[in-house]
Amino acid sequence: MSKKFWETLPQGSVVLEAGSSAKFKTGGWRSMRPKWIEENCIQCMFCWMYCPDMSIKVTAEGKRAEFDYDYCKGCGICALECPGKKGKKAIVMEEEGK
Amino acid sequence: MGKIVAVTGNEACAQALKQINPDVCAAYPITPATDLMQRFSSFVNDGKVDTELVLVESEHSAMSACIGAAAAGGRVATATSSQGLALMWEMLYIAAGTRLPIIMPLVNRALSAPLNIHGDHSDGMGARDTGWIQIYSENAQEAYDNTIQAFRIAEHLDIRLPAMVCMDGFIVSHSIERVEYIDDADVKKFVGKFQAVHPLLDLDNPKSYGPLILTDLYHEYKRAQHEVMTKVPKVVLEVASDFEKMAGRKYGLFETYRLEDAEMAIVVMSSAAGTTKDIIDQYRDKGVKIGLLKPRIFRPFPYLEIADALKHVKAIAVLDRADSFGGYGPLFMEIAGSVMSMASKPAMINKIFGLGGRDYLPDQAEGVIDELIKVAQTGKVPAVKEYIGVKE
Ligand code: SF4
Ligand code: SF4
Repeated sequence: MSKKFWETLPQGSVVLEAGSSAKFKTGGWRSMRPKWIEENCIQCMFCWMYCPDMSIKVTAEGKRAEFDYDYCKGCGICALECPGKKGKKAIVMEEEGK
Repeated sequence: MGKIVAVTGNEACAQALKQINPDVCAAYPITPATDLMQRFSSFVNDGKVDTELVLVESEHSAMSACIGAAAAGGRVATATSSQGLALMWEMLYIAAGTRLPIIMPLVNRALSAPLNIHGDHSDGMGARDTGWIQIYSENAQEAYDNTIQAFRIAEHLDIRLPAMVCMDGFIVSHSIERVEYIDDADVKKFVGKFQAVHPLLDLDNPKSYGPLILTDLYHEYKRAQHEVMTKVPKVVLEVASDFEKMAGRKYGLFETYRLEDAEMAIVVMSSAAGTTKDIIDQYRDKGVKIGLLKPRIFRPFPYLEIADALKHVKAIAVLDRADSFGGYGPLFMEIAGSVMSMASKPAMINKIFGLGGRDYLPDQAEGVIDELIKVAQTGKVPAVKEYIGVKE
């Protein structure tokens, strides 16, 4: 007898595939979009450390690169923590779709 | 050959846990279950078991730690009562929904308010819908035997659900009775080696427990959870049959006493069944055809099997040691569910007794039988739900 769909679900809702959260592009939830102003960036990597969604890309040389907008939820933590240069923030939050 | 001892229900359960030697036990003390875990913790202290005992700051944490340990891949046990079980409430659902075979003796006790430490079934009945298997025990021997069988039932690869083994607070947990212990080696062989399913500590196969599942799949997971429960009775009976071969004591989904030719039946769980059997004997001597049905497995509830066992009686009295305020007693509602499937339906009455440890005395059982005789004769039920043993 063939199994019903619900009989094929993994026992106890355990997710057996490692790293499967990469499949869920949470960037679609964003209403505020962080913008990187590179000339104000001192490469302190605070944003990379604080981002709860691993949405700050890093180059092979270990330098801060662009945001990963597929996963950035627009929480604004990076913008808050960013020290910037001479009082000028290297991350500002802008309304999405503006 | 086992050993015959004089012990309390708590002591007997602690002995069962010692013989099973779980990997992890996280517990927080609460009367009347305190003494069970206290005895077990001295086994840990004396090196009689290898169990990792996790002392936590609340029952919510106790169950949380049990869930973590079970997900990691361990054989896990704890014990609690009353408010402790109530505090575990949210974690009970998680243990069952995550299909973790945690074993928990539940020493049944009333719930506050007013504060009361004595035995009734309010705690267990409140956890009816958590998805745990519930097994009720009449005496210390049954509590011991049921604890051992619970591991086999819960850990069965077709089941993998947590199980509560219930016994009446103080009446059973603190009374010394004759109990037959099974040899350590036999218990060990009976429960077998623990088989982990999707253990988190299998580092070569990383996995996640506790995902967010919304409208797309939650409904299907719950459907699947019910299906697993429907498989429990078969496993309970298989385990009981193996247990009988080992220990010589017979168990089923429920017990019947002089019910085969009875015209009337009393349905009651746990320690009160013992008193009731004595009174039934007295009425049988007078020629009154009365019998008893004592549910053992309350979840999943064996509706059809119980209906079959009760189908020939004219009247049933269901005795509940718990209440549903504004509703019938919880056991009555289940028996009514069984009766629903019968072609000719017996008359039913519901008596609420023994709340907060109020003694259930022989004259209460006599009163119930006298009323049941009238109900069976006339087919009339003056009041469905009444309280017995209330000071008036
Ligand atoms: S807005 Fe939030 S999610 Fe997006 S990059 Fe900054 S810290 Fe990460
Ligand atoms: S926190 Fe600001 S300054 Fe530091 S690396 Fe990120 S963007 Fe640059």
